Amino acid sequence: MVMVVRKSTGFLIVLLVGGLFMAGLLFIHPHLQRDDYERGLAKRKHLVRELQLTDLCLFTEARYTRHLSQADLHSPFQDYPMAFEHFPSGSLVLPPEHLLKK
Amino acid sequence: MGNVEYELAETAEINAENNNNDISLCALCEREKQSRKFLSDMKWIERQRAFMDFTLSSLWRRKVRNLSLLLVYALVIFLLSSVIFFAHALRKEAEAILEGSPQMIVQRTVGGRHSLIPIDYVEKIDQIRGTSSVKPRLWGYYYHPASRSNYTIMVPENYSRTDDIVETGAGVLRTWGALWDGKLYLKAHDGEAIFLKPINTMTDETDLVSADLILMSETTFRKISGVPEGYATDLTVRIRNERECQTIARKIVQVLPDTRPILKEEIIRTYSSLFDWRGGYVIVLLGGAVLAFFIFAWDKATGLSAEEKTEIGILKGIGWDTSDVLMMKFWEGVVISLTAFLLGVITAYVHVYFVSAPLFEHALKGWAILYPKFTLRPAVNAYQLAILFFLTVVPYTLITIVPTWKVAVTDPDVVMRH
Repeated sequence: MVMVVRKSTGFLIVLLVGGLFMAGLLFIHPHLQRDDYERGLAKRKHLVRELQLTDLCLFTEARYTRHLSQADLHSPFQDYPMAFEHFPSGSLVLPPEHLLKK
Repeated sequence: MGNVEYELAETAEINAENNNNDISLCALCEREKQSRKFLSDMKWIERQRAFMDFTLSSLWRRKVRNLSLLLVYALVIFLLSSVIFFAHALRKEAEAILEGSPQMIVQRTVGGRHSLIPIDYVEKIDQIRGTSSVKPRLWGYYYHPASRSNYTIMVPENYSRTDDIVETGAGVLRTWGALWDGKLYLKAHDGEAIFLKPINTMTDETDLVSADLILMSETTFRKISGVPEGYATDLTVRIRNERECQTIARKIVQVLPDTRPILKEEIIRTYSSLFDWRGGYVIVLLGGAVLAFFIFAWDKATGLSAEEKTEIGILKGIGWDTSDVLMMKFWEGVVISLTAFLLGVITAYVHVYFVSAPLFEHALKGWAILYPKFTLRPAVNAYQLAILFFLTVVPYTLITIVPTWKVAVTDPDVVMRH
């Protein structure tokens, strides 16, 4: 005899399994990775302290995006007085907070 | 006396028995109430499950349409979640790493631009009370035309290798291209060719801060960059008491008006605001995803298909209430949005924390060639999940009910004829 499972039962089981999988990923996986991550972070911190670094190496296309925190306020527009910013990552960065408040 | 006692005892016994009877009657009533409530609860649950069965069958009848809907919806949630997870993880990473950066950097500005700073400024800053050490930093950029990449060249404080050896970040050799007899070919500022033997001392684990670094001796640096003797790129200042940073920065500007101090807290704040999900580049990415979601939800809200309208008409015709039809549509919204939410969040997690968000690589890279390899620390909190849930599942579920309500309140005859 073939047992027919109700559609709602099937869906609730799928939802439960999916929910448990998601909870496992979100709340258990980070703990499993912690030791590896902490080791890497310690190395990065050590290098920053030793070389006196100030910025992340994320946007390497222009000097003022490579060293965001070191760039002077005019650097994206310094080619000539009416110059527009032309590097893609530069256009993704917001102007300083005090300029936005004006 | 004995009789009176006996009568009193008998009366007390009867009273107790009556009380017990009353209590047991009350308990029976309570049990009856509970079982009725349980039955009505069971009925309610059974009724909802019946709605869900019907909804799932109805969704399966139009499986191609609904599966494509689910896919688009999951994709939008995937984009939104990826942006939120990625920005949060990068922000935390930046805050953790940059904790070790110098307490203060002093730059010299000329005409509003960063300029080379004379090394004799060191003495002037060192005389300010509260500073424990002031050191010149030598660093700059080198553009390599063959790989079309920018690299950061730098002189570490205690560089132990000879002038013809450089230490490189993992990204340098990855992008440099062909080596000249195992050496890097660089052009000095005066056009002279320089060959340097690279040693890769920095691993992929530090790529996020060191991918483009080329560390060299002071002599080699000055030869390549053209920074003259007696000048440095900027100065690092160590301060005894961190709370005095602002005061010391003010004093430095008073003594050396052409300088610009940058505090560590400003460096960290720059990255915090850059990766804040409500600002910076994140809002650009997030804006696209939210817009896609609203177009999608709006399309859903503006009307039902003819087939769906006929189905509602038939259901009303065979005796379904408007509330039943709305309940069915509510379950339809719940089934689709919860499934899409699970799919979207799980795939976004894998995208950001397992494969380091390759979809965002192009947005961050811009015109650059060099991009670091990095793995972010998985960290998702309840706040982020709540934002995602209320941005996606709740509006979609509510939106699906509105057009159904419009049809469900119309006469079934009119709906079916239409």
